[in-house]
Amino acid sequence: MSGLAIRVAGVGKSYRLGAGPSSLYIQDHLLSIATAPWRAARRLSRREATPPRERFWALQDISFDVQVGEVVGIIGRNGAGKSTLLKILSRVTSPETGEIDLYGRVGSLLEVGSGFHPELTGRENVYLNGAILGMTRIEVRQKFDDIISFAEVNQFIDTPVKFYSSGMYMRLAFAIAAHLEPEILIVDEVLAVGDAQFQKKCLGKMGEVAKGGRTVIFVSHNLGAVAELCQSAVVLQSGRMVFHGAVREGIDHYLAASRASTSSVRILECNPAKPIQVLKIEVANTEDVACSNFDLAEAVVLLITYRVNQPGSGYDVVVTLSRNGTHLFTTLDTDHRHELTGVRRVGEYATRFTVLPNVLKAGLYSVTIGTGITNKSLIEIHDDIVRFQVEELGEDTQFKGYADWRAGHIIAPVKWEFGEQRIPQRD
Amino acid sequence: MDLHPAFTIRPPKGWQPVDLAELWKYRELAWQLSLRDIRVRYKQTALGFAWVVIQPIFPMVAFTIFFGRLAGLEGRVPAGTPYSVFVLCGLIPWQLFATAINQSGSSVVNNRALITKIYFPRLIIPIVPILSGLADFTVGLTLLSVVMACFGVTPGTPVVFLPLFIVLALSAALAVGVWIAALNALYRDVQYTLALLTQIWLLVTPIAYPSSLVPERWRAIYSLNPMVGVVDGFRWSLLNGDPPRPLELAVSVVSVVITLIAGLYFFRRMEVTFADRV
Repeated sequence: MSGLAIRVAGVGKSYRLGAGPSSLYIQDHLLSIATAPWRAARRLSRREATPPRERFWALQDISFDVQVGEVVGIIGRNGAGKSTLLKILSRVTSPETGEIDLYGRVGSLLEVGSGFHPELTGRENVYLNGAILGMTRIEVRQKFDDIISFAEVNQFIDTPVKFYSSGMYMRLAFAIAAHLEPEILIVDEVLAVGDAQFQKKCLGKMGEVAKGGRTVIFVSHNLGAVAELCQSAVVLQSGRMVFHGAVREGIDHYLAASRASTSSVRILECNPAKPIQVLKIEVANTEDVACSNFDLAEAVVLLITYRVNQPGSGYDVVVTLSRNGTHLFTTLDTDHRHELTGVRRVGEYATRFTVLPNVLKAGLYSVTIGTGITNKSLIEIHDDIVRFQVEELGEDTQFKGYADWRAGHIIAPVKWEFGEQRIPQRD
Repeated sequence: MDLHPAFTIRPPKGWQPVDLAELWKYRELAWQLSLRDIRVRYKQTALGFAWVVIQPIFPMVAFTIFFGRLAGLEGRVPAGTPYSVFVLCGLIPWQLFATAINQSGSSVVNNRALITKIYFPRLIIPIVPILSGLADFTVGLTLLSVVMACFGVTPGTPVVFLPLFIVLALSAALAVGVWIAALNALYRDVQYTLALLTQIWLLVTPIAYPSSLVPERWRAIYSLNPMVGVVDGFRWSLLNGDPPRPLELAVSVVSVVITLIAGLYFFRRMEVTFADRV
């Protein structure tokens, strides 16, 4: 069967910025009403205009069609409007402009285990969550055995879920969701649950759903999973749709857009009072082209320009790299070039610093840079002055030890060696 | 090929009536959520379900001692009705009402996890506590009949009208509940006034005293409190008390109907912003 499944036309939504009238307490409103004449008078006397209410457009003028059986991935940076679009599509919140036609029963999974109550047993929660997802009691009863065997919790089904391990809890929650059979399925990143084996099973189930001719809208940060599951993609950027088309092109478009962003370069003011100072720092790829998005398998280059204003010795340039707010390492330009500890003459210097490929896990990285005199004093320090992102673009890391959600911050440079022989058992 | 969409999402438009058909479609969810509330309410309490019985018995005893004996209200109740039975007959519908407005008043805020993740008619949220309150009410009513039997009080034919007064009590609870639930999502102040409101409301409802104690010229205004009609109705149908006066009953019913309809419109108007506010 073919035809239209979803038609999104001119959808937009804005939020009001600022704390002003959105306070939750009546006294604030009463106070603001009481002081309004006074504020107005003051504005008049100073001939100020009424400050316009600032509005932030989370989504603006989004239009696209989805055909029956199509699996569409929605991609975009954090804050691009993905979750707002998802919430509008699943009717949790309403659009401000435009309209959306849905041709079929919609099931939406913005999270798994909605409404689960820890005091209730697995069985009770299955019926409750089923009803929340829009299943009838008869439907849940028919699928009940499938659900509990999919979740592998058979013998604990009459135990309150507060006694479940987190793995069991997530498996049961996902199992119910996986057995939802709407014509249009809207899924947020709920795949990142449970252990690797269960994830594999979920991906399989998702694939089945997609092949079963159902329309799926899938939102994920995991571009690998998007590439694998979706045929087309919608790319959002700052609330606007910048691309709609084939998934491969969509991912390329998304990357190109983020590479073009200039947040990866910072130029600092010259200050002759500092003996040594950083003038410019730039995140770049191996071709020295500014870049803020990297694949796991790409090297990250920092191009640093600094100036020595007063001749002296013992100067150093210090770089600290952090991932998602955690310090990974600190390195000095003098670490491996001892001759730099000698006298440096006045002038501008350029230095290049490379993080080797396959070291940084997916995540948001920030660079702190400073100058100082080794083991003596710090001359300047600029916290989190440039940022860049490492993403799992080239491969699906779901089953890898360095998947971004696992413990640890780097792809460890370790070696696993395997012998043919099994270690003999001791008697 | 299907040319007509099954559903169209549009920006919200002003004041909307309640979509009863949709509410009916989601009855399974309302039922499951009520079941959850009932199951969870007395779990991990030492006395468990006994609380349902203790909750009305304690105030009954306290009211009997302080209001009945010490304040001498015993003598003001209709002859032949023991004061304890008289009070309990008021407390049972009162507790249905008080629990319902308290729980449905805080329901939207308490269920923010659901509201921000799943679509369903938001009206289900304040309705659920009223449905689950019916379970406690059933136990309370059984308790009342046991106490009545102990004191040798048997209801007459007006007992057939009891369901009407139960419906009035539920409607009153829903009417107040939807207002508070929606206001509470906007201003958290409402939450703090709730306990105060319940206390005052208890006093302006004829529970410890008969409504005949209220001076004649104030009776119509007094009946604006719908619980006056409910409690008088309960006493009439169960304890052979005076029948409620038509004018006063009409005032109670009209005040419920107006509050309820206005409350439903207000709730519908506000519900579109719940997900962004709570």
